[in-house]
Amino acid sequence: MTDFYSGFWGIFIAVIVIVSLIWLAVLLKSQAVIKLKKGEKAAVLDHKWDGDLQEYNNPLPGWWLWLFILTIVFAVGYLALYPGLVIFGNAKGWTSTGQFKQEVAKADAKYGPIYDKYLNMPITKVSQDKEAREMGQRLFYTYCIQCHGADARGAKGFPNLTDSDWLYGGTPEKILETVEKGRHGQMPAFGAAFGEEKVRDVANYVMQIAGKPHNELRASRGQSTYQQVCVACHAADGKGNKDIGAPNLTDKTWLYGGSEATIIETVTNGRNNVMPPWKDFLGDSKVHLLAAYVYGLSNNPETASK
Amino acid sequence: MSKQKLQDIPVTVVKDDGEYEQIHLYTSHRKIYPRWVTGLWNNWRIFFVVATQLFFYAVPWLQINGRQALLFDLSTRKFYIFNLLFLPQDFIYLTALLLLCAFGLFAWTTIGGRLWCGYACPQTIYTEMFLWIEKWVEGDRPSRIKLDNGPLNTRKLRLKTVKHTAWIVLSLWTGFTFVGYFTPIRALWHDMLILALGGWELFWILFYGFATYGNAGWMREQVCKYMCPYARFQGAMFDADTLIVSYDEKRGEARGSRKKGADYKAEGLGDCIDCTLCVQVCPVGIDIRDGLQYECIGCAACIDACDSVMDKMDYPRGLIRYTSENALKGDYPERQMLKRIGRPRVLMYGIVLAIIMVTTITSLVLRQPVKVNIARDRVALVREADDGWLENNYRVQIENADEARHVYRITAEGLPGLRVIMDGPSEVDVAPTEIQDVGIRLQADPQIATKGSHDIHFVITAIDKPEISTREKATFIGQ
Repeated sequence: MTDFYSGFWGIFIAVIVIVSLIWLAVLLKSQAVIKLKKGEKAAVLDHKWDGDLQEYNNPLPGWWLWLFILTIVFAVGYLALYPGLVIFGNAKGWTSTGQFKQEVAKADAKYGPIYDKYLNMPITKVSQDKEAREMGQRLFYTYCIQCHGADARGAKGFPNLTDSDWLYGGTPEKILETVEKGRHGQMPAFGAAFGEEKVRDVANYVMQIAGKPHNELRASRGQSTYQQVCVACHAADGKGNKDIGAPNLTDKTWLYGGSEATIIETVTNGRNNVMPPWKDFLGDSKVHLLAAYVYGLSNNPETASK
Repeated sequence: MSKQKLQDIPVTVVKDDGEYEQIHLYTSHRKIYPRWVTGLWNNWRIFFVVATQLFFYAVPWLQINGRQALLFDLSTRKFYIFNLLFLPQDFIYLTALLLLCAFGLFAWTTIGGRLWCGYACPQTIYTEMFLWIEKWVEGDRPSRIKLDNGPLNTRKLRLKTVKHTAWIVLSLWTGFTFVGYFTPIRALWHDMLILALGGWELFWILFYGFATYGNAGWMREQVCKYMCPYARFQGAMFDADTLIVSYDEKRGEARGSRKKGADYKAEGLGDCIDCTLCVQVCPVGIDIRDGLQYECIGCAACIDACDSVMDKMDYPRGLIRYTSENALKGDYPERQMLKRIGRPRVLMYGIVLAIIMVTTITSLVLRQPVKVNIARDRVALVREADDGWLENNYRVQIENADEARHVYRITAEGLPGLRVIMDGPSEVDVAPTEIQDVGIRLQADPQIATKGSHDIHFVITAIDKPEISTREKATFIGQ
């Protein structure tokens, strides 16, 4: 057994088990027969209840003895088949990990075909299928709601999946890619490079292009900094770049929030966002169903956000 | 008496080395051959065997609402009891049922002693049916003893084969019926006819068949004596007013044989003629004249046997009879035994029983066939909607615990102006016994939904049947 670093504990357990079994057998044998003086009869047992209630030392039925013997025989067989006697391993090669893998394989064999049915269907079509949506929802509830919320509307730092605003693009292919491979969105920290004043200026410029109330003077000062630095990702018009997941700054949708304080915080410290990849964990067909479900959230006339 | 009894204990001497002998504390089973008995109590037993078994074998075949009337569908965890449907959430009713059984047993045992054991316990019932078969095939006690002690010949072989075949058929049918309570019996019957039983079904049919055959055919009184827990603890529920089967020692002793017509009283004899019929008919093989013993299952076979002898002897019946310890002592006339039922112990059991029963029935009547589970989103505590109202997000699970399809409407109350917003259709259509999961957003005025959590209620009502409605508590987090 590889669970133990030295053989000691294996031997320790085995000795206790074997000694116990032998002890049980000896005990059984010693309790099956009593020695009495000739002529003496089986006695009344030592205890008394209710003043006068006593118990005879009656012989038990013989089949009880056989049940005891059977349990010992069973124990020996069981110990040989399963890893009860640690040092000897076990004949069946049983481990709890192996048992888990067997269960998973069994479940895959049973449910795999149900998922696979949709694998060759285009995502747009799967997203319209009622049964597929129910399955997708269950998958979503299991794997996605921890970040995106039960209604898929996200939370601070976690994108809303029900609107039509997509960091990396909302085509079926892009969504599938996002679910399969995950995403890693990074916004560098500019606090040290810009200094406090400049950060505030840039923030006000961002609020200007987003159509929010802002300080005109700061915004005009921030524009030049934006055009030098921020354009690289967010583009000159502020509409972002879906290839690298740079958000559109001109709409109402904010991943972390659109107040001045939050924008300042974002520019100062940067942001680091991770969506984990699911392909290796869930397999192709489940990822396909999930992508279709997510696609359907904003592209299905029945479920789309109003 | 105790001296006498000590020597009755059957012991096997293993080794004798002069001064000491070694005694084996396990003994091989001594087979009991109960004699056929007729009489009032036996008629009652026949009645109970027929009544309970008619119920047991027939009920799974009853249909109601297009499904089996009594079905404990373990695979889908749906339990149908006539018009009622129970789901795992109704588990509390099982607790109530177990409580009822326990207190019912306590009360019943205190009043009636072991009447359950003697007339209604499955172990007794199946043993009785097996004994009938045995008697029809092999004859009564003397011929059975003779047959068992006789050499193995074709007659013995034939009789034993017939008996065991009949036993096994009855056992298998019992096992099949039992499984039929857990899986639809008509489909099971069909599957069995075309030999397409599932592995587990076949296993349990054989398992319960084997249990019936083993317990009723071979173990019999040993189940009562060595395995049954009730037999062990019923003594704790007995008191001196409990109904017991007892031999009237004052009237019967001294026992002994006599000539008919002779003045036995002058010879110092009691009414017991020591015919030992009461011992011969006893299915657990005890002598009731030794007093009340824990083996006695209160079946009253000895009463029937003794009464028939008393009739023949022209003595009054009831040398062995149902009585109570106090009545037997002469504390009160036996006619008054019924009055003694109103003793404090029984009254207490009765009150507890009544409370449990009333609560259970009330709760069953008020039970709503819809079950709701509400989970607030744990990711986003509170969000701001576009118009500045506060938004909380919930997952509402509606389980239709009815056998008809229903469409439910969800509303919320608890804060003025609370808005319910749902994606998709605003009414939830749930198939019978199915669960639907919907996402719901509640929006509240930030002026009212201040910082902290507010108690609110979801109200789920079936549109097509408004009396199906339930209120479920939840919280709304403000600011």
